[in-house]
Amino acid sequence: MVEVQILKATNINHYSQPAASMPGTRKRSGSIKNRIVPYLFAAPSMILLVTFGIFPILVAAFVSLTDMNISGLADRSNVKFVGLANYAKLFSDHDFWQAVSNTAIFALIGIPSVVLLSLGVALLLNRSGNVFFRALRAFYFVPAITGIVAISLIWGYLYNTQFGFLNWLLSLVHIHAIQWLSNPVLAKFSVALVAIWRGTGLNIIILLAALQAVPKEYLEAASIDGASEWTKTCKVTIPLLRFAIFFVTVTTAIAWLQFFDEAYVLTSGGPLGATTSISLFIFNEGFQLSQFGYASAGSLVLFVAIAFITVFQLHGRRKDVEY
Amino acid sequence: MSNTSVDSFPNSKGFLSRPGQKMTALIGSALFVGALITAFPFIWMLTSSVKPQRESVSYPPTIISKHITFEYFRALFTQLNFNRYLFNTICVVLIGFFGLIFMAMAGYSFAKFEFRGKASLFFLVLATMMIPVQVTMIPTYLILNSLKLTNTLVGMAIPTLVSGFNIFLFRQFMSTLPSEIFEAAKLDGAGEWRTFWRIVLPMSGPILAVQAVLTFIAGWNSFLWPLIIANDQNLYTLSVGLSLLNKQLSANPSLQMAAASVMVVPILFVFVIFQRYIVQGFALSGLK
Repeated sequence: MVEVQILKATNINHYSQPAASMPGTRKRSGSIKNRIVPYLFAAPSMILLVTFGIFPILVAAFVSLTDMNISGLADRSNVKFVGLANYAKLFSDHDFWQAVSNTAIFALIGIPSVVLLSLGVALLLNRSGNVFFRALRAFYFVPAITGIVAISLIWGYLYNTQFGFLNWLLSLVHIHAIQWLSNPVLAKFSVALVAIWRGTGLNIIILLAALQAVPKEYLEAASIDGASEWTKTCKVTIPLLRFAIFFVTVTTAIAWLQFFDEAYVLTSGGPLGATTSISLFIFNEGFQLSQFGYASAGSLVLFVAIAFITVFQLHGRRKDVEY
Repeated sequence: MSNTSVDSFPNSKGFLSRPGQKMTALIGSALFVGALITAFPFIWMLTSSVKPQRESVSYPPTIISKHITFEYFRALFTQLNFNRYLFNTICVVLIGFFGLIFMAMAGYSFAKFEFRGKASLFFLVLATMMIPVQVTMIPTYLILNSLKLTNTLVGMAIPTLVSGFNIFLFRQFMSTLPSEIFEAAKLDGAGEWRTFWRIVLPMSGPILAVQAVLTFIAGWNSFLWPLIIANDQNLYTLSVGLSLLNKQLSANPSLQMAAASVMVVPILFVFVIFQRYIVQGFALSGLK
């Protein structure tokens, strides 16, 4: 499977001994002291994972059935059980549906752009392994590891209407100044562009690792049959990459469903809610308006949507074949 | 590797690899232009951070200033509270390294011990990988609030301290280590804890290096939890301090770009030095 090959390609398995079960530990597991050792090693992580990974979902499910707000935070006796009222309100809330449609638009712009751009750049970068090509890789990776706030400041400055660099570039070809972040339609694209710029690096790395695992013999065989570069790429390489492409597409889709950072820092969800994603809607309801019960209902709806895609991913992965 | 002579087979002039090389050069130049465009925002950040303010708000913009000044870097640390933010950020990074040890311990437990409930506990670890932070942020805030951890550095770092995926990676790597060595150490009288520190951790160098670099980057950039948890300016991290400057957009781009440089340049250094580990770590995320 591709996963195994990625592991090999990244050369992490220096110790290539297969996982053997240990005869020793089982022999020693007689005494009570030895029997609790594995639990002690796992305990700190498991406690943290359960407290901040699993338990919050249950808390969200419970809180979403109450009217928990800032006064409930101070005194638990102010919290009332309201049944499914939060969900009913959510599904008739215009702002929520605007956030849903914004998220859908972001996903429609973002998913194809990120996947096609990463695939294209990865294929081109894979053409040669010489020093120049290896050095170029670094440039494409860097946006993926720099902090979102710094990035948003830089792009905010580039997008500035009066003295921004991008409007100056446009003025060179006699196009009037553009309201990059304050026009409700354009702001979606401007915000998405930053996320695309930041999102490709990680996917390029994953696709490059998968590309390096493509057996050379297949490409050589195709060459001997007289296939052109283009045919080889379309008919041999890309079909062999299909699992990696599927994986990248699904994780990209999940990332765009959770879209938050760029919109929060660049536009705070404005103008007029035009860049408010579902995550940002939840954040605003929870932390700006302190409607924790209502925000939890939103969290749970988002969770169900993401769980749905994850199940789809696991299902698709089972169909993956060896090559 | 693609400069195979077969590409140019119909070309019988003798310079068999020419068309392939020409193509590689063409692709190389296209990638170079793409790389410059990708890197441009960072170049713009660096050149703007040393421009006088009147030049950074002038139109048309100047690419490189004739009057280079470092006064905005100085202002960040003298007039603004950036030394405090830097200190807090380093604290968050250091707390993150505790999480790294916890995850290595759990990985060791799952890789090298047999115990009751192991399979279901490991399933729990994998299940948490599928739950995104945006879903858990509200309830996690409520939990931290009831633990009285809001407005503390620990509260900022703790929700992301351990991740199921990293435990999974530690387990995968450690299950390839030869158990005989650990057994020998225990027979020689080393306790479990000592075996872990003296033998398991040193032998896990490659995976530890990858995770340490990624932990540093994540801690250094951490934004969401510090933003939610810190009410007090004295607890702000660099990211949160930086987002305050965002509110004064038209005021002073030079100062903003200097602040952005303080965040980005260390990451660039880390990237240049540890690129191999970062790339490995990202490629491994394809395992999810």
